Amino acid sequence: MINSVLKKNFSIIITICLFLALFIIGSFTYKGFSNAQVFLNLFVDNAYLIVVAVGMTFVLISGGIDISVGSVVAFVCMFSADLLQKGWNPLMVMVLSLVIGTFGGYIMGYMIHYYGVQPFIATLAGQFLYRGICYVISTESISITDPTYSFIANYQIKLAPKMYLSLSVVIAILMVIIATIVLKYTKFGRNIYAVGGNEKSAGLMGLPVARIKIGVYALSGFCAALGGIVFSFYTLSGYGLQNIGLEMDAIASAVIGGTLLTGGVGTVIGSMFGVLIQGVIQTIIIFQGNLSSWWTKVAVAALLCLFVVLQRVIETRGQQVKHVKVPRKEATISK
Amino acid sequence: MMNKLVKSRLFWPLIALIVLLLFNAIFTKNFFSIQIVDGHLYGNIIDILKNVAPLALLAIGMTMVIATGGIDISVGSVVAISGALACSIIDDRMKIFGNGLITALVIALISGIICGIWNGILVAKVKIQPVVATLILMTAGRGIAQLITKGKIVTINSAAMVNEYYFIGAGYLLGIPFAVFIVLIALIIVLIFVKRTAFGLFLESLGTNNRSSHLAGIKVDKLILITYVVSGFMAALAGILISSNIKGADCNNAGLFIELDAILAVAIGGNSLNGGRFSITSSIVGALVIQCLTTTVYALGVQPQIISLVKAIVIIAICLFQSNQFREAVFGCFNHSKKSKNLLSKKGAQIS
Repeated sequence: MINSVLKKNFSIIITICLFLALFIIGSFTYKGFSNAQVFLNLFVDNAYLIVVAVGMTFVLISGGIDISVGSVVAFVCMFSADLLQKGWNPLMVMVLSLVIGTFGGYIMGYMIHYYGVQPFIATLAGQFLYRGICYVISTESISITDPTYSFIANYQIKLAPKMYLSLSVVIAILMVIIATIVLKYTKFGRNIYAVGGNEKSAGLMGLPVARIKIGVYALSGFCAALGGIVFSFYTLSGYGLQNIGLEMDAIASAVIGGTLLTGGVGTVIGSMFGVLIQGVIQTIIIFQGNLSSWWTKVAVAALLCLFVVLQRVIETRGQQVKHVKVPRKEATISK
Repeated sequence: MMNKLVKSRLFWPLIALIVLLLFNAIFTKNFFSIQIVDGHLYGNIIDILKNVAPLALLAIGMTMVIATGGIDISVGSVVAISGALACSIIDDRMKIFGNGLITALVIALISGIICGIWNGILVAKVKIQPVVATLILMTAGRGIAQLITKGKIVTINSAAMVNEYYFIGAGYLLGIPFAVFIVLIALIIVLIFVKRTAFGLFLESLGTNNRSSHLAGIKVDKLILITYVVSGFMAALAGILISSNIKGADCNNAGLFIELDAILAVAIGGNSLNGGRFSITSSIVGALVIQCLTTTVYALGVQPQIISLVKAIVIIAICLFQSNQFREAVFGCFNHSKKSKNLLSKKGAQIS
C-alpha cells in the first residue's frame, strides 16, 4: 500500500525532499535563515509565479505549451496601472483583466485546435501581441496609487507576532487547492490527462478534445492574468519590460515539480514546490551576499538538468519492469 | 499549376516578403534606392541583407533541428557565450589564449560546438524532450557568459585586432556586407550536405517517424546529435557577427529572444514544427521577412517598441494562411467541389 503510494508520487516526493533539504542546508549555513518569516517570504515573493505555474501545469499536462504568460503578466500590470490612473473602479479593472486574459487564451487555443497552428508559434504570437500592446499603452513605467490596490498590497495577515502573509499568498494557495481538486476529481481535469496522454485515442473515446484543449489555454490565460493582478499588488506599478522570461521560470517550475512536457503527467502541488525551490535558491544566494543574482539561473538550470535526468532514469526503469512482466507480443502492441 | 504553386513551401513566405516590399515601395520613401558611399553599397535593402545575417545563420541550424522533430531554444544563450568568449580573447582578458583573432574565432566556434554536443547528448542519448533539454542551457547560458566576462560588458575598442574583428560583422567586401558572404557560404555548404547526400533524407525520415527510421537502420542518435551541433555552431557564428557589429559583448542583451525569431523564421518558411519535410531556403526567406518587417518599422519612423505588435499580427496572418483548415474555412465557401475533393483525399490519406 505504502509502496504503491510512494511509487505513484515518487517525483513529487523527491521535489518536496529537495525543497526541505535546501531549506535545512540554508538554515544551518546562514544566520537568521531558519526564521519563520524567511519561509513565509518564499510564498510572499513568489505568489504570482505560483499562480502562473498553476495555469502552465494545466497546459503542459494537456501536451501543449504556453509561452505567452510572461507577457500577459506584464500586460495586465500595465493595463491596470493605466486604467487606475484614469480613475477606473479597481474591481472593474481586475474583472476586465481576467476577462481579457481568459479571452486571449481562448483565442490562442482556438487557433491551435481548429487551425492546426503549433502551440509554440500561436502562443509566441500572443507573447509578441501582449508585449506590443504594453508599449502602445506606454513605454514608461506607470505607478499604481489607487487606495484599494495599496490597501491589498500592504495588508498583512498576522499569523503570530513578526509573522505575516500577504493576501496574494492566500490567492495563490487557493488557486493551488482549487486546481488540484479540478485536476483530480472533475471530469474536465481527468480529461486533460487523457488528452495529454494521447490526443487521438482520447478523441476516439468520445472525449470533447476541442473543448478540453481550448479550455486549457483559456485557463492558462486566466491564471496568467490573475498572476498579473497579484504581481501588480507586489510591485504597485506597470512596466512593459517586466517579467521577460517568466514563462521559462514557470515551465522550469513545472518540470522540477514532475510534469512531463510530453503531456499526461504532472501535478499542481509539484509545480508549487518547483516555484518554492527556485525561491529557496534565490534566498540562499541573497544570504550568501557576495554572489551575483545570475548564479540563481545557473543553479536552477543545474537542478532542472538533475531532475529531468532523474525522471528519465525512473521512467526507463519503469519501462524495463513492464517489459519483464508483460508477454512480448502484448508489449509491442501496447507500444 | 496554381494549386501546385500554393502548395509549395516557398509560396507563402515569398508572398509575405513581396507584400512587405510592395508596401515599402508605396509608403516608404527611397526604400529601394541604393547609393555607393565610401566604395560600398548603401541603402535599406543592403541594410536588411546585412542585419539578417545572424538570424539567417540561426534559421539554418534551427531548420535542421526542427526537421528532426526537436527544437533548440538555447541558441540565444550560445550567441551570448560565443560573443563573450571572442571579445574577452580579443581584448586579452583571458590570458591563457593570448589575443589572436584566429584563436578568438576558433575558441568561440568550439564553444558553440560544445554547447551543441551538450544539447545533442541530452536529447539523443538521455532522451529528454528537446524543449526541456535546451531550456537547461538557455537558463544557464547567460550565467555562463557572465562568468566569462566577470559580469561586465566587454568593449574591445582599444584592442589590437579590433578592426579585423569588426570587419567580420560590419565590413564590406566588393561593396557587399561581408556577413552576407558568411551566410551564403554557410548556406551553400549546408545545402550541399543536405541535398547531395542522404543526410537530408535521413533527417526528414526521422522527423516523420523516429522509431521506424531506427528500425530501418538509420543511426537516429548520431543524426540528432549532428543537428544540434550544427545549430550550436551556427549560433556561435551568429554570436561572433553580433558582437563584432557592436564591437563588444553584452551578455544580458546579445541575442536576447533571437531563438524566438529563429523559430519564427522556420515557421514562416512553412516548415512544420513537428518535424518531417523541411526547406532551409524557405527558412531563410522567413528570416528575410522578419528582418524586412523590422527595417520597415524603423524606416517608417514608428516607435521601435511597437515592432512586437506588428510581428504578432504578421505571425498570426502567415500561420493562418498556411493552415489548410483555415483556408478551407475561409475560401471553402467559394468552391464547394474542391472542398469535397479535399475531404475525399483526406479520407483516402487516413485509410492508407
